[in-house]
Amino acid sequence: MNLDRRLLQLARQNPVPFITSVLLGVLAGIMLIGQASFLSRIIDALFLKNTGIEKGLPFIALFAVFSILRALFSWTSESEANRGALKIKQSLHERLLNKLSALGPAYTGSMQSGKLSARILKGIESLDPYFSQYLPQIAFSLLLPSAILAVVFPSDLFSGFILLASAPLVPLFMVIIGKAAKKATAKQWKTLNRMSGSFLDLLQGLTTLKLFGKSRERKNFVVETSEAFRQTTMKVLKVAFLSSFALELISTIGTAIIAVSLGLRLWSGSIAFESALFILLLTPDFYLPLRQLGKKYHAGMEGVGAANDIFSLLQEPEPEQHGDTGLFSSHLHACSGEPVRFDNVGFSFNGDNTYALRHINCTLEPNRTIAITGPSGAGKTTFIDLLLRFIEPGEGEITVGNRNLRNIRREEWLQCISWVPQSPYMFNATLRENLLVAKKNATEDELTSAIEHARLGPFVSSLPQGLDTKIGERGARISGGEAQRLSLARAFIKDAPLLLLDEPTSHTDPLLEKELLTSMNRLIRGKTTVIIAHRLNTVKEADLVLVLDNGRIVQSGTHVSLMKEDGFYRTALQAFQEDVAC
Amino acid sequence: MLTVLANLLRIVRPYQWWMLLAAILGFATIGSGIGLLATAAYILAKASLHPPFTELQLGIAGVRFFGIIRGVLRYIERLVSHNTTFKTLSKVRAWFYESLEPLAPARLVQYKSGDLLQRITADIDILENLYARVIAPPLTAIMVTALMWIWLGTFSLTFSITLFIFHAVASVGIPLLTGYLNRGTATKISAVRTDLQTGTIDCIQGIGDLMVFNRFDDHAQHLRELKKRELFLQRKQALVQGSHESLIGLLMNGAVLALAWTLAPTVSAGGINGVYAALIIIAVMASFEAFFPLPDAAQHLESNTAAGKRLFEIVDAAPVVTAPEHPEQFPAQNSIGFDSVTFTYPGNHQPALSNASFTVNEGEKIAIVGPSGAGKSTVTNLLLRFWNPSAGKILIGGTCIEHLDPETIRQNIGIVSQKTYLFGTSIRENLLLAKPVADDEELKQALAFAGLEPFGSKLDQWAGQHGMNLSGGERQRMAIARLFLQNTRIVILDEATVNLDTITEKSVMQSILELCDRQPAKTLLAVTHRLRNMGQFDRILVFKNGRIVEEGSHHELLRKNGLYASMWTLQHRNVPAGILTGS
Repeated sequence: MNLDRRLLQLARQNPVPFITSVLLGVLAGIMLIGQASFLSRIIDALFLKNTGIEKGLPFIALFAVFSILRALFSWTSESEANRGALKIKQSLHERLLNKLSALGPAYTGSMQSGKLSARILKGIESLDPYFSQYLPQIAFSLLLPSAILAVVFPSDLFSGFILLASAPLVPLFMVIIGKAAKKATAKQWKTLNRMSGSFLDLLQGLTTLKLFGKSRERKNFVVETSEAFRQTTMKVLKVAFLSSFALELISTIGTAIIAVSLGLRLWSGSIAFESALFILLLTPDFYLPLRQLGKKYHAGMEGVGAANDIFSLLQEPEPEQHGDTGLFSSHLHACSGEPVRFDNVGFSFNGDNTYALRHINCTLEPNRTIAITGPSGAGKTTFIDLLLRFIEPGEGEITVGNRNLRNIRREEWLQCISWVPQSPYMFNATLRENLLVAKKNATEDELTSAIEHARLGPFVSSLPQGLDTKIGERGARISGGEAQRLSLARAFIKDAPLLLLDEPTSHTDPLLEKELLTSMNRLIRGKTTVIIAHRLNTVKEADLVLVLDNGRIVQSGTHVSLMKEDGFYRTALQAFQEDVAC
Repeated sequence: MLTVLANLLRIVRPYQWWMLLAAILGFATIGSGIGLLATAAYILAKASLHPPFTELQLGIAGVRFFGIIRGVLRYIERLVSHNTTFKTLSKVRAWFYESLEPLAPARLVQYKSGDLLQRITADIDILENLYARVIAPPLTAIMVTALMWIWLGTFSLTFSITLFIFHAVASVGIPLLTGYLNRGTATKISAVRTDLQTGTIDCIQGIGDLMVFNRFDDHAQHLRELKKRELFLQRKQALVQGSHESLIGLLMNGAVLALAWTLAPTVSAGGINGVYAALIIIAVMASFEAFFPLPDAAQHLESNTAAGKRLFEIVDAAPVVTAPEHPEQFPAQNSIGFDSVTFTYPGNHQPALSNASFTVNEGEKIAIVGPSGAGKSTVTNLLLRFWNPSAGKILIGGTCIEHLDPETIRQNIGIVSQKTYLFGTSIRENLLLAKPVADDEELKQALAFAGLEPFGSKLDQWAGQHGMNLSGGERQRMAIARLFLQNTRIVILDEATVNLDTITEKSVMQSILELCDRQPAKTLLAVTHRLRNMGQFDRILVFKNGRIVEEGSHHELLRKNGLYASMWTLQHRNVPAGILTGS
């Protein structure tokens, strides 16, 4: 019946709207039965017994009142189910946001952001029909036919038996054909998705097609693929629609049989007209909830599919909880005077034996510059992530002075750090807001001087609304170089004692590059700096160079000492110099 | 809204007969539902009068007939209407592609940053239900209204009019009312959704920065509020939508009472047989089946026209470049000439190229270098006729390119750009784009040339979505294989190796140069900002702010000690260029 246990659990946590919805729906069903009864009396009195309108008036009035009540009940029933679904959606959204926060950047970095956001937004929304339609409908498809049976049996045993006998046919056919249809519709969905996927592919590659002078003739391709998809899909649908065909047939033939049997007994005088008409009026409504269940079944299916995605995200193992002893709060900037020590630190992403970093021993002395270098995949980013506490060491300890880093509240620790990543993120907000993330209450002077230091003056004045220009996705587009300088400006504003830098790689404009390096040097002054270095000069000027390879520190020392020793560092630099010389 | 709808209908017009057929089938289905209940009521009413049994037989046959035919009709109707839906969808796709094709890429660059294409396909998917949810329900309802009008009219026009009032309120009044109550809600919801989407992506991509600045909670709070607002608006929408069924149901019951009221005196006066009166009441109830989908149809109309409007806005732009009516033959010579060419992108003040003049002789290898924004890529965009120059002339083999068919120009220029787009098809299909008639031998040869021998045996391998089954280096090599197959006499490299690591870059460049040296010699134009192995070019043009500021060979330019020399120094003296860090 497609009752996913995890989804039911969600409904059980918040049962009131669903129970109310079902109760109201049943009340609406009772109104319906009343209506049928009154209408059969009205028709009997007015048209067959010809009693005149006065005798029919009480029934007409009752019919009207019941109609209004039924409309009211079914509306509120639907609205309650909707309310329940919204509550669940809201609480799931909350849980997913909390999960995101708990998983942190190390996790989000490993996933496509589009996919992740689709789970949070679209995933939750596609659960809606499951709760607002499918779940209540299951209750209705049991309760409403039962209610109708309960009134039909006392009026006419035979019709009651026909209904009772034909009712199980509905779920039976649903299961038999539903199985075939389920496969078929799943396939149809896939083909539909593939079709819109291939169209998207075509649009994205339009310029490429143009480059080969092939874009005009591709129109036929659009028509041909659509046509091919139509043909295969129609074949599938021919089977899939059989289920609704069978359901329709059971309902109409049931109605026909009851009509004929009632007619025969009326003719022989063994039943009264008004009871016969009453039963006939109720017959289609007996089958209706079952047929609707068939329709809403698909909505339920989709919900279960989405639920799998959402629950697998909610069940992702969370990294270790961060310490919360607040040891640091009393002397915030104490870290500037304290060395940070890595003591046999190791980390693996899956918690298995594939270490991203292992046996890391080093000390970051205060007010020194430490350059990290090594081939890609050596573990440089993981090293920085550990300092940022996006991840916690799986082995060994990081200590600050004589305190274990784990025992320092992460929020407090992060206040000691400025971070300039390779591709800093610009929020979809004004330039000012993007700078103020570094320090909520920064003064105008602080902003101006940071902009000055980061060499952003000309850029800011070129913007139509200066600092109040919206940047980010929907605003003015900013280049990678500008984003990096904005990130530098943030670091200037924050002025934290520990600076983590991922040095920008190549830039197109030589003058710009020079300026960027100058402002970086200015930022470094008087701070403990860890820098992932891409430039020879940076490495040369560092107080300590750590060469990482395969997750281990393979060499450490200054540029001069490293050039003297036989190893990765010297080999790589020599190879490069030969390349330039040619 | 109506003009958009009219335009949409014009696109799907070739299938008007299919639509009509599906609507008639839908009408027949509902009609047989009416027939079933009406004949059933007839049997009961008639039987209660104890007539001779033969008089019941007609009703019994009718009940059987309608009971079976309704299911069959419903089945056929669903098949036909889905078939029609797919046909219209394919028509819409073809129309959109046909309209968009002349606009690419010039008219589309403004959309580049956003996920315009995602939006387009989403909009087209919305148009999928144009027929089934927007066009069909009113058509069916009109037919049912007409049927009931005519049938009741055979008894009395008063009955027709009475029912018509209720039908009209159900089909026009209720959709207008609920449409009014929900006006703007859908737009507001989609606006909140857009905010929520960008906010969530902000939150995911910027989570590192947010945590370091201790702003994650603020941002999450912002998202919570947006979600709350979305849910609030959804609630409002659902409350109105949830009333549709109840309201139409009320009208149905109202119609039943109104007709009972008007029928009663006529029956008393003997103007109509009571049996028929009973039958009419039941038929009236059944006729409302056609009206339940109408309020939803009104809402689908709104979303469909909104989607249509967005699509029309995109394709209604005039193409930037049109083909000449009588294009000249593509010249046999492959020299290139820019004669005082000036070009400004729309919406920009600064020209991207101003008064640029240069020539590239047959077989020459030229590099175009300069800081970003210097106008380097504009040169290729103009040469490929993606844009027309604002002033000046561009010549290929002495012929002004305005006299050539843009498609011919592009077929005769091979290009490798920064990002090679591979279609989500097989490796073979991706290669055949460059030379549709190539046999497998040729394809293998091309792959081998590009250093992709292993793919020779995997021609049917799926290239993956956007070619994601291939690495960056492999994709660029695929472009070289295409270049090999295309075998054009002009070759353009537009930052072709910028995303490759040093070693791959070197070998890719070597393959390309080797290809260019094959007889007949090819003219090579390489746009780059990375100054590597510059000695291999005959001449280097240095661009700055849309002008050519220096020109000469690598060594000449180094001696000059100008912009080129300073760029070269910066890139080579200071940067170990990823040797240490692999970036």
